[in-house]
Amino acid sequence: MLDNENAFVAFDRVQKSYDGETLVVKDLNLAMPKGEFLTMLGPSGSGKTTCLMMLAGFETATHGDITLDGISINNIPPHKRGIGMVFQNYALFPHMTVAENLSFPLEVRKMGKSEREEKVKRALDMVQMGSFAGRRPAQLSGGQQQRIALARALVFEPELVLMDEPLGALDKQLRETLQFEITNLAHDLGITTVYVTHDQTEALTMSDRVAVFDDGRIQQLAPPDELYEKPQNSFVAQFIGENNTLEGVVQEIQGETCIVKLDSGDIIDAVPVNVSAVGDRTKVSIRPERVEFKRDRLHADAHTLKAEVLEFIYMGDIFRTRLRVAGTDEFVIKTRNAPDQARLKPGEMIEIGWLPQDCRALDA
Amino acid sequence: MLAADGRPLKASLNRALRRQKIRALFLIAPLLIFILVSFVMPIFDMLLRSVENQIVGNTLPRTVVALQDWDENADTAPDEVVFAALYTDIALAAEYKTHTRLGSRLNYEMTGISSLFRKTGRAVGRFETDVYTEAFQAADPAYADPAQWAGWMQDDNIRAALPQTTNTYDAWAQMIVEEENDIPAEEEPWDFVYTALYADAAGGAALPISVDLSAIEPVSLQASFAEIDEDWIDPDVWQTIKAFSPSYTDGYFLNAVDLLRGADGVEQRPENERLYIGQFINTFVMSLSIMGMCVLLGYPIAWLLANLPARSANLLMILVLLPFWTSLLVRTSAWKVLLQQQGVINDLLVWMRIIADDGRLTMINNQTGTIIAMTHILLPFMILPLYSVMKTIPPSYLRAAKSLGATDWTAFWRVYFPQSVPGIGAGCILVFILSIGYYITPELVGGTKGVFISNRIAFHISSSLNWGLAAALGTILLTVVMVLYWMYDKIVGIDNVKLGG
Ligand SMILES: Nc1ncnc2c1ncn2[C@@H]1O[C@H](COP(=O)(O)OP(=O)(O)OP(=O)(O)O)[C@@H](O)[C@H]1O
Ligand SMILES: [Mg+2]
Repeated sequence: MLDNENAFVAFDRVQKSYDGETLVVKDLNLAMPKGEFLTMLGPSGSGKTTCLMMLAGFETATHGDITLDGISINNIPPHKRGIGMVFQNYALFPHMTVAENLSFPLEVRKMGKSEREEKVKRALDMVQMGSFAGRRPAQLSGGQQQRIALARALVFEPELVLMDEPLGALDKQLRETLQFEITNLAHDLGITTVYVTHDQTEALTMSDRVAVFDDGRIQQLAPPDELYEKPQNSFVAQFIGENNTLEGVVQEIQGETCIVKLDSGDIIDAVPVNVSAVGDRTKVSIRPERVEFKRDRLHADAHTLKAEVLEFIYMGDIFRTRLRVAGTDEFVIKTRNAPDQARLKPGEMIEIGWLPQDCRALDA
Repeated sequence: MLAADGRPLKASLNRALRRQKIRALFLIAPLLIFILVSFVMPIFDMLLRSVENQIVGNTLPRTVVALQDWDENADTAPDEVVFAALYTDIALAAEYKTHTRLGSRLNYEMTGISSLFRKTGRAVGRFETDVYTEAFQAADPAYADPAQWAGWMQDDNIRAALPQTTNTYDAWAQMIVEEENDIPAEEEPWDFVYTALYADAAGGAALPISVDLSAIEPVSLQASFAEIDEDWIDPDVWQTIKAFSPSYTDGYFLNAVDLLRGADGVEQRPENERLYIGQFINTFVMSLSIMGMCVLLGYPIAWLLANLPARSANLLMILVLLPFWTSLLVRTSAWKVLLQQQGVINDLLVWMRIIADDGRLTMINNQTGTIIAMTHILLPFMILPLYSVMKTIPPSYLRAAKSLGATDWTAFWRVYFPQSVPGIGAGCILVFILSIGYYITPELVGGTKGVFISNRIAFHISSSLNWGLAAALGTILLTVVMVLYWMYDKIVGIDNVKLGG
């Protein structure tokens, strides 16, 4: 694992309070290597923007140290940090044309006119907006403004770019196109990027690593696949993707697997993640697509649960079936729409089970 | 295209729209009427008054006609015909008591005319013209019979034969009815009617009963007037009367820009009578300074208001609005207390030994006083539009600028300031237009040097009663403001003015 010494961006035990009473950021430790695309994901009010603002220099950390390329930046004013930034509302200067907006960061760096024009043109071409140089921001569509904002944040070739929900105001299709463009640009230019969003699909598809924020802390920092498949705690499991939760008590731990007795009395297999001893209360998490109801797919000695089909929803590529299992009506399974796939009917009684490694026993 | 009921669609649409429009008109009607009565009509009346000059023609109708033949460039007084007309006019005006008003009016143009008219009004009844009356009455008693006179004056042949007499008698008869409440057919005509009769007869007209005129010694009216006052044979007086005899005049406007209509056309007033141009310039310079001060003081406050947390901003807003809650008079008087030579500020400065006791600053009853007090009073009118514009500028612009590498100052100057310009524009227009017509504060703290043109206007309305001049000054002020507004629209664009949102 990367330590703070050779990280490009590092937060070291950073705390932040606005009012002196509550900590908005409680204990933030984060180390990013150069060139990484890191996404901060979390519910509203979890402190993502605050972290970004501390990094950009618009808020000061109440405690702790933020370093950029090994240098503490706590006392460097924002304009000297050389960090590119894309704002949620784009913050394009309305009284300047697109070209003037882009040339602004170059002008304040006292760059010559011809060099400026050259760079502005290159940046505009990079986001495919070359023909819009003379327009005012108000004459552009949302997606076009977004592109210009991106070009403006990149035109002075910063090594670190911060983006705070840059695609929040766009429709789904445009968002997907731009997600793709942003990641490509970031990787092509080798820029280190901190990206804030509360759209988890965006986080999963774009990032090298995702930091899941809640309650002023990073709950888990991991690559997207690990985050989805191996959530470290029940918050992450709930927050990322769809998830089935069952509550119970650990009955037996045998190395890599454990047995959990649910509150309904049923017994299931799970991987112990956040439980340490027999008798601990736990929330087990199973992804809907990992649940099996065909006996032949399960281990012979696997524990199974009885389930009653409540609802069958046809969603095109998948079927989503809601079941009553172990006292909850919200248990969901997802099956792929394949030719031989069974279409369950409401009222049908089935037996479900899973591979022990797909069921994670997390904190209660 | 037909609507569902078979009428043409267009007609139906028009009818529906018309009904909507009429409804809308009803809603705004009270305001419309109020504005019409309280704003448009007074302004229109003011515009009219600034050129209106019917008083000369109404008071001296015959004289004005007779004067047309007089050459104002000749260096002599008019002839007997004019004085005869003047005699009738003044005699009638003296009865109506309008000659003094005319005197005051003409006095604006030439000092001394007022007393000349007053004197003449008193003396005109004592002219020697009773010799005509006696001569006619002696020649035939019918000339002394009021009923006989009335009879003649209804006979069209006689009326045609005796034009001057008819004209004079009619005016006299009207005066008798209106002023004396008597019946003309029962009153013996006055001397000036007989004077007119004599003039007709001397001109060869046939009298109703012929009279031998050779025995009458004619009275020189010119000499009679000259006897009252030498000024009557002064051509300058007559020039003034003639120059201001048309119903409409540019005299008030000329006066308002320190010009006058002299013998050879428009010329500058003598140095010591030039008042208004300087006053206008003074008003503009002071209004501009007040506007500038308001921008300088108001901008930071508005910025604070827009950027402080809500609670402190509210408190600050109350402080900004506080002046609105206290009487203008009290505030202005408070400035007197603070600024006068023995006032708080001077005392403080002396106490701190910044100035010597005998070197106390004069900060009141001059331009400084006016500018300080007016800036204070008009400051909210700058702050409020600025604030409402700044409130709409998201803080992310400044952050964006700084993240792009701009220093605090560059970010402010290149990004924030240009976006606040519409607010400055609105505030400036508001403050400038308000201050240019301000009256009460300069009146109280302006002394003689720190007063505005509006104080002059007020003076002419309430003290000198020269409403025409006041109206002309007001009209010029109005025009200048409109021209400035137009220029502002051309240069900045009125769409760039935002009072809010
Ligand atoms: N300037 C401020 N003053 C006081 N409190 C603030 C300020 N900015 C943010 N907060 C508080 O700090 C907490 C975290 O805010 P932050 O903006 O970082 O959340 P976020 O994760 O970006 O949320 P979102 O996804 O809604 O943008 C919130 O509870 C918020 O109310
Ligand atoms: Mg945020």
